[in-house]
Amino acid sequence: MDRALPQPTPETQHFWDGCKVGELRLQKCTACRESYFPPRPFCPACGSRSVEIYKASGKAILYSYVINHRPRPDMGTAPHSIAVVQLEEGPRMMTNIVGCPQTPEALQLDMPVEVTFETFGAIALPFFKPAGA
Amino acid sequence: MKPGSIAVIGAAETTRLGKIPDMSVIGLHADAALNALADCGLTAKDIDGVATAGESPVAIAHYLGITPTWADGTAVGGCSFMLHVRHAAAAINEGLCKTVLITHGESGRSRVGSGGFGRAPSSLMGQFEMPYGVTSPPTMFTIPVMRYLKTRGYTEADLAMVAVIQREWAAKNPRASFRDPITVDDVLNSPMIAWPFRMLMCCLVTDGGGALILTSAERAKDFPQKPVYILGTGESVETPMVSQMEDFNSSKAFRVSGKKAFEEAGITQADVDHLMIYDAFAHLPLYGLEDLGFCKPGEAAGFIRDRHTAPGGKLPLNTNGGGLSYMHSGMYGMYALQESVRQMRGIAPAQVPGAKIAVSHGVGGMFAASGTVIFGNET
Repeated sequence: MDRALPQPTPETQHFWDGCKVGELRLQKCTACRESYFPPRPFCPACGSRSVEIYKASGKAILYSYVINHRPRPDMGTAPHSIAVVQLEEGPRMMTNIVGCPQTPEALQLDMPVEVTFETFGAIALPFFKPAGA
Repeated sequence: MKPGSIAVIGAAETTRLGKIPDMSVIGLHADAALNALADCGLTAKDIDGVATAGESPVAIAHYLGITPTWADGTAVGGCSFMLHVRHAAAAINEGLCKTVLITHGESGRSRVGSGGFGRAPSSLMGQFEMPYGVTSPPTMFTIPVMRYLKTRGYTEADLAMVAVIQREWAAKNPRASFRDPITVDDVLNSPMIAWPFRMLMCCLVTDGGGALILTSAERAKDFPQKPVYILGTGESVETPMVSQMEDFNSSKAFRVSGKKAFEEAGITQADVDHLMIYDAFAHLPLYGLEDLGFCKPGEAAGFIRDRHTAPGGKLPLNTNGGGLSYMHSGMYGMYALQESVRQMRGIAPAQVPGAKIAVSHGVGGMFAASGTVIFGNET
């Protein structure tokens, strides 16, 4: 079964284009300098439409997660993490933690992780793996 | 609203709860509505305001033969009915209608005549949450909890204890789905759903419905049931994406809604005799006790462990057994409201002796929305 994939909209296209070329793109307000996610063409902190797109460091910490023991049919059959990481730049995003056992022992809160991309047809999804792994 | 200006005069659940494969969603709405009308001696012709979620108020009004002058289709998940109570109170006070019917029906287990759980792949959830394998509430509502446990110093056993004590309440209720006693070990040894959540930390999936009928306090005295007055209400919404909630340790929607309701009612937490906190999962009563101000952050788990919310405790909580043991059709808020009304009428299976003020606090989506209703049996 094919994996459920995002369908980009005009407001999010830059993010998904970035993933395809290995860049995690965030947006930042040029007025108040707030970084934010998910993408939108204005700053959610101050309402300014003057925003810029930039390449994030890809560094984050594991903020919270579950290990789903009843995976969706398109996600395979083994238990897998569904996580939220806190990016170095501030925003949080949902992801999967890859490149390590999907166990509570291997998935410690606050451990450093870094972005890695996996391509599924026309879409590349941003995953995170333990830093340096 | 002016505290005590509006009252619940009719309240009922569907005739049956649990597994009802012979009734569709709209059939469950109607069964509950007819029971609530019978409860207060009215017919559909007497109703001039309709509010519902899950179905459209148009469908419900037409199905029941109601010609409303006011309709509310606010649908923000399981607490929608708390918001309907709030909106109905404002509408009646403003003279938009006189007698409001609020209905809920859901074929959560049998899925007769009910829709799916899909999200458009172009929605923000479809783009930024669905690709990572979230399925349904057990993998979404639970996302903040590992962070919450670490911040507060709570354990898996603390989550389990919530389910254990609610089962004690359920044992007193003949209509509860699960009534056999359980232990913390039983909960921790039940099948893993999504770490750290075991099956017994997750709500039931059942069929059922409920309905409420509201009118002005002046008119309420003319009906057969003891009026249950609305003393205060609150509502708020935060984010459709649980991954984007501002604080994983506290629900902003809970805090805003709760504060508003307590201010409106002019009461403090110490005045509350009976409490319902929508428990789709075992962590919700912990968040609720803290965010509504009943416990300081970090003290909710100990408060439950010390049996303050258990039978005989000073703050009876989820006395019908809750979504964890009583029933949970998908949008449980209606059942929390029904139990609050029963407690205020003095007819609950696990009646809290002498209870005068009851708080019903709901959640919608995955910490997406919240609604709070404070009831009293005196004005």
